[in-house]
Amino acid sequence: MTEFLTSERLPGLVQAAYIIAAVLFIAALAGLSKHETAKRGNVFGMIGMGLALVATLVLAASNAEVLPDQRSLAVTLPLVLVTMLVGGLIGAWRARTVEMTGMPELVAMLHSFVGIAAVLVGYNSHLEAHDIGGSLDAIHDVEVYLGVFIGAVTFTGSVVAWAKLSARMSSRPLALPGRHLLNLAILVASAVLLGWFMSVDSDVALVPLVLMTALALFLGFHLVAAIGGGDMPVVVSMLNSYSGWAAAAAGFMLSNDLLIITGSLVGSSGAILSYIMCKAMNRSFVSVIAGGFGSDGAVSGEARDYGEHREVFAEEAAELLVDAKSVVITPGYGMAVAQAQYPVAELTAKLRAKGVDVRFGIHPVAGRLPGHMNVLLAEAKVPYDIVLEMDEINGDLANTDVVLVIGANDTVNPAAVEEPGSPISGMPVIEVWHAREVIVFKRSMATGYAGVQNPLFFKDNTRMLFGDAKERVEDIVRHLG
Amino acid sequence: MRIGIPRESKPGEKLVAATVATAGQLKQLGYDVVVESGAGVAADQTDEAFAAARVGVADADTVWSSDVVVKVNAPNDEEIARLRRGATIISLMAPARSPELLDKLQAAGVTALAMDAVPRISRAQSMDVLSSMANVAGYRAVIEAAHEFGRQFTGQVTAAGKVPPARVFVVGAGVAGLAAVGAAGAMGAIVRAFDVRPEVAEQVESMGAEFVTVDMETEVSADGYAKEMTAEQEAATAAMYDEEARAADIVITTALIPGRPAPKLITAETIAGMRSGSVIVDMAAANGGNTELTRTDERFVTDNLVTILGYTDLASRLAAQTSQLYGTNVVNLLKLLTPEKDGQLTLDMDDVVQRGITVVLDGEAMWPPPPVQVSAAPAAPAAAVAPVEKKEKKPVDPRKKLFGGALAAVLFALVAAYSPTSFLGHFTVFALAVFVGYYVISNVAHALHTPLMSETNAVSGIILVGGILQVGSDNLAVTALALVAVLVASINIFGGFLVTLRMLQMFRKD
Repeated sequence: MTEFLTSERLPGLVQAAYIIAAVLFIAALAGLSKHETAKRGNVFGMIGMGLALVATLVLAASNAEVLPDQRSLAVTLPLVLVTMLVGGLIGAWRARTVEMTGMPELVAMLHSFVGIAAVLVGYNSHLEAHDIGGSLDAIHDVEVYLGVFIGAVTFTGSVVAWAKLSARMSSRPLALPGRHLLNLAILVASAVLLGWFMSVDSDVALVPLVLMTALALFLGFHLVAAIGGGDMPVVVSMLNSYSGWAAAAAGFMLSNDLLIITGSLVGSSGAILSYIMCKAMNRSFVSVIAGGFGSDGAVSGEARDYGEHREVFAEEAAELLVDAKSVVITPGYGMAVAQAQYPVAELTAKLRAKGVDVRFGIHPVAGRLPGHMNVLLAEAKVPYDIVLEMDEINGDLANTDVVLVIGANDTVNPAAVEEPGSPISGMPVIEVWHAREVIVFKRSMATGYAGVQNPLFFKDNTRMLFGDAKERVEDIVRHLG
Repeated sequence: MRIGIPRESKPGEKLVAATVATAGQLKQLGYDVVVESGAGVAADQTDEAFAAARVGVADADTVWSSDVVVKVNAPNDEEIARLRRGATIISLMAPARSPELLDKLQAAGVTALAMDAVPRISRAQSMDVLSSMANVAGYRAVIEAAHEFGRQFTGQVTAAGKVPPARVFVVGAGVAGLAAVGAAGAMGAIVRAFDVRPEVAEQVESMGAEFVTVDMETEVSADGYAKEMTAEQEAATAAMYDEEARAADIVITTALIPGRPAPKLITAETIAGMRSGSVIVDMAAANGGNTELTRTDERFVTDNLVTILGYTDLASRLAAQTSQLYGTNVVNLLKLLTPEKDGQLTLDMDDVVQRGITVVLDGEAMWPPPPVQVSAAPAAPAAAVAPVEKKEKKPVDPRKKLFGGALAAVLFALVAAYSPTSFLGHFTVFALAVFVGYYVISNVAHALHTPLMSETNAVSGIILVGGILQVGSDNLAVTALALVAVLVASINIFGGFLVTLRMLQMFRKD
């Protein structure tokens, strides 16, 4: 074996390992598109990662012997392994302990790590670079610069997203005066700094690089701070995309195809997710990124008298549910906040035991993360084959006896369909009002994220069940006996 | 306070304003209830049953001297004379069509609440006596028609030959019309229905009937009632009425316009063209009828043997049922008027429902009330709404697309010409990977978006590779930075994969 692993054959072998790893990553993401293959996909991803890391360690080891200016392997290898072990333990601990309702925060935090890593790798790449001269040098400079820029934006953006999601920061959009101009100015300034960065020696070039990093860090902060809490699904998937592009940029500067492939896979995946989320809110990507949408509670649009709402109590709701043949539950962020997924699952199980057909209708942007509701329901052991998407459930609602709206508001707002002047007009919504009876679980009559009054609450077939979603669902479960 | 339930004086009236059950509910509101002896007999409510429910049974004088008198039909002159000054009378009054009744009630110095003036808003539905009576009447109209009709409603194939199903045409899809549609459909007839308000088509179809349409301007009513049509619309509709009526075995008309005579929809000519044995039930007979030949309160057979029923007491023909519903409407109204449940009737003129039904208040005229806006259809977006800028997505001109693509290609070629081949190699990989990513991710199930995201998170921890390769540098700063990168990237990798695994294990099928 040792004879086979000569320094001549090594680059080829490492390259082969990288290609296999890349293929495995693609297989991993492809596997995750369906429930049946999802677990297998995850295993592919792990194998690919393991392969890539082993190959890289071998490569690093051989570099230590072959290349000049390297520390001895005896120092490097333990350092790397210990660091990886520590990182791995922290990661495993977080993964094990995170609450499913806290998934958005965890994902945002992980994004920030990719961002900061890209920044660090970029700096290193610059510090290590030996002036090669000519166009190669110029291209390398641009790669480093872009990598650091994207990484820095991802880093602060994700940190702000994390702070907003974990309520360490107000989810209200931050509206600085002239914020679009400010963003534009930062971009222009960064472009100017790029010119400076490329035209000077690598030692002096550190100055524009650091300046740009500071600007990019502020840009990331400012971009996400200007976006309201309900747009978080878009923001999180957008940051996911950025983190991918940051990795791809790092791949370019290190001439590493595996990084390029993986980074662009992640980048385009995040971009598609953002696109899906935007479509689900009927808003353009630019308008979400530009931010400033939705402020807490203020009703926008004309104030209109929709009449009065009717109240219902848990006991009556329980009777309605038992008498129903089919029930659809549409959860929203409010279910996550109230931690109501377990009682909801219990309610579902009880009703199903009584022969009631219970299904869930999930709006694509329900929650604060794409697919957030699905994960919460899965956590509470709701079988995934009764959890349907908006498009699958909408056609069936007219034949549904009772719809339970738990902590959702804008995603079930008839104004989106019926009122051309409404701010959310044209957004696809779950058309729960077609059902025979609708029971809305709500804390109060306040408006949702978009600040739009919801005429659903005043419809003849709607009844309001006020109070904490978790307690109310538990009440109903108790009355079911 | 005492509530008196008198016997109805109108000849042939079988209804009573309170049943044993609803009288009991009135008592629970704190009232003292007395029923005139024999008032409920025609509606199967005997004096004994009232007495057994601890409801007082008394003579007419006691009943009429009560603080509140509740009856079904509007009081006649003698009855008004028997009312105490300051008393409250609750009944059907048709205030829009009976100004002289209102004058007399004013003169008597009483407070008069008209059960048939409840505004049609959601909250008041439980007191809407017109709806509840129309519902019963619509059902009864079908029964009367079936009684007169010489054939079965349902279609059958029997050994003795084929029986075609009856065709029923219902005009007006209000409460009565919909009830008729439902009853006729349940009996097996083929039902078609028409209404000038196109927004009720859905309701008609939900009852199992076909909604007949006429090509004309849509009309959305703002107050829950149909409006009278314009001459043009009427012309277009007339042809449809003629055609549908001739094709039908049973025609049930329910068209009413508040405050005006019923529209004449079915002409004598149309009736002459109908098949012998056909039946028309004109539920608008009390207001003059929807056909030209209707005789109010009579059964009339034309020369070509079409039977036209002009009964106005359809609801009262199901006396027990209608009395129960009317009584419940009364209870619901009194619940509203007795917020403390202390047997004290209080009127709040700021409440649209209470304001709407109060036609005379302590001898003062209160009719008509200010209008209330309600309808099943959303109020048409008012002119106040600024015209919404329709951002129709114009399909991009394909030539523009082509041009843009060509421009990008040329630009890229220029850049590429000055780039070293190694960069181009990487760029090839990059471009292909973007497309692979696009197609791989495009069909991911919504439910798996979160696991997908944490998986891509883990995978993008691959930047660890860069960190590992840089740790070996002899530049201390580089080593330190690289180690930090390695640390965070490994958190990413392990955290991402493990949390994905944890989530995927939670997803389970039945």
